Amino acid sequence: MQQPNKLSPFFENLNFEREDNTMVINFGPQHPSAHGQLRLVLELDGEQVVKAYPDIGYLHRGIEKMAENMTYNEFLPTTDRLDYIASTSNNYAYALAVEKLIGLEVPRRAQVIRTMLLEVNRLLSHLFFIATHALDVGAMSVFLYAFREREFGMDLMEDYCGARLTHSAVRIGGVPLDIPDGWMIALRKWCDGVDYELKHTYNALLEKNRIWKMRLENVGVVTPEDALSWGCTGPMLRGSGIAYDIRKEEPYELYSELDFDIPISDTNDSYGRYRLYMAEMLESTKILRQLIIKYDDTKPQLMAHAPQYISAPKEEIMTQNYALMQHFVLVTQGMRPPKGEVYVPTESPKGELGFYIKSEGEPYAYRLKCRAPSFFHTGLLQELLVGTYIADVVTIIGTTNIVFGEVDR
Amino acid sequence: MRKYTPKDNVQAKAYYTDRFHVVPSVPTQDVSTDEVFAKQLEILSSQVEIKSAYIQVGQMRVEIDHKDNFKAIEILKNECGYAMMTDMSAVDYLAKDGEFEVFYQFLNLQERKRVRIVCRIEQGLAVESIVPLYKSANFSEREMFDMFGIVSNNHPFMKRILMPDDWEGHPLLKTYPLQGDEFASWYEVDKIFGKDAREAIGPENRDPSRIDRYDTKRFSRVGREVPFGADISKGEPETPIEYSETLLVDYNKSQTQLENRK
Repeated sequence: MQQPNKLSPFFENLNFEREDNTMVINFGPQHPSAHGQLRLVLELDGEQVVKAYPDIGYLHRGIEKMAENMTYNEFLPTTDRLDYIASTSNNYAYALAVEKLIGLEVPRRAQVIRTMLLEVNRLLSHLFFIATHALDVGAMSVFLYAFREREFGMDLMEDYCGARLTHSAVRIGGVPLDIPDGWMIALRKWCDGVDYELKHTYNALLEKNRIWKMRLENVGVVTPEDALSWGCTGPMLRGSGIAYDIRKEEPYELYSELDFDIPISDTNDSYGRYRLYMAEMLESTKILRQLIIKYDDTKPQLMAHAPQYISAPKEEIMTQNYALMQHFVLVTQGMRPPKGEVYVPTESPKGELGFYIKSEGEPYAYRLKCRAPSFFHTGLLQELLVGTYIADVVTIIGTTNIVFGEVDR
Repeated sequence: MRKYTPKDNVQAKAYYTDRFHVVPSVPTQDVSTDEVFAKQLEILSSQVEIKSAYIQVGQMRVEIDHKDNFKAIEILKNECGYAMMTDMSAVDYLAKDGEFEVFYQFLNLQERKRVRIVCRIEQGLAVESIVPLYKSANFSEREMFDMFGIVSNNHPFMKRILMPDDWEGHPLLKTYPLQGDEFASWYEVDKIFGKDAREAIGPENRDPSRIDRYDTKRFSRVGREVPFGADISKGEPETPIEYSETLLVDYNKSQTQLENRK
């Protein structure tokens, strides 16, 4: 191996067969369209990619290690830092895994609020996708319009939980807060706004745009076989014509009661995936409108009643001695889920986000594995990029919608 | 006398456990309770030796011998319709049983079923790579190697993935401390400035909650800067504030040793 030092950069991990007419270039990790900390080492023959090697790990923070050293409730805010574009979906996936482990039923109002937050986060993530993808390809104005709607959506999240990016808006066993006054009205207004903007701004700017179509059509083609083999999930899987959405196929929370469709695209290319994202956003607003109605006939309980695992409501802690004692034990020692293992998949905006938790009955998880969709989509890049042109590399990275918080964990 | 801390598992542990605490288990069901799983297990057991199999939280968990992993997974893919490998990794049971537990998580899209294949493997042994069956294992097996040191045989590119290539140690082992080991604390200094600069720079502070009040070398005095290396302690004795109980490696030891030598 070449001796590393600070002045001469070297391609660590790599042994390229060098021929005279190929060039090795380093794409990232600080490239603005590398979606965070992706370093791609590309071997080029002229402008064509001969070999691509995604090098990840620049944002590795050891979140799985941290999970083994934190009690279950302590770890929840850390999950915000996985897919930081849609934090609540991480919080939720983790909370659901722990709830499945201890066999907990969540009150109905909490379910409604959770589903609502998940869909708001899906919209936030998809808006971000449209914005950055268009920006990568060169359509700057879409970025500005889409970020405007996204800001309003983040205002909604801020009104609910106080944070704009790292929400931690879900707790193990329910949600911490009820919906604030006027939130539903703002949500409905936002949904209408997003629907309107989708139709009249983003679609009007992109759908039939000649340059947009030229840049996206037949670029980044993932065949269904490849999508399955590489473990693609979410829009990457549905963009290859396979209709599998965990919300529909293995429903969790309220999704079994809701009426929504799973859009798919069988063109397998970036343009199809872009249309798919647009269609999914419409489905999300449809779900949100249904949930607003469902909220009204629920009882005000927000957290599950399981004193062994979850602290009692504050009133009870302040008035009843035993509740206070249990709360004290839970805060100082942490809850102890039963011994066993669980893998719970959820449909995050990026794909299948699953948490595998192995519990040995201790307050600390014995092993926690986060199955992040972007990790597998990054793996796909090494095959997807081969044979494409350097100008399309940016499009393909954009269309996989990877977020490095969850790739590197 | 210093309290005994086990060295084979240095992760955080409960500081108090009730004497009468009985650890409950997540309920398991027999495989015969689910038609689809029972059929698939029959296909599997006819060709591979099954060590145990049960259903937990709606998913089948099948334990096999680690030598059969490729064969079993091939059967799963070709005969049971598990088209996607969603996840794989390992669990460190070295302290307890001297073994790793490698798990593979599969999804059958038609029947909406998930199954987990588990095999136990001793340290130093390798599993067979399943990249020929599922390309998603390419990154996952590299991650497993990076985090645990479990090698997959016949993997096309068995290198570290998340940690740097020249890293020492495997971070998800139970023997690896949360804050990293001695190697980790010197890694960046050695790499960027060379080993000669150790004395001038000192080890990396890898405990985020550690506060050194009189530190003038790093960036902790933004807005109240003093000359580099100036003594601002005004004769006060050094009282390091350490919040992290799990910190087991004394990073300052090497530094104090160096200072003593001076």
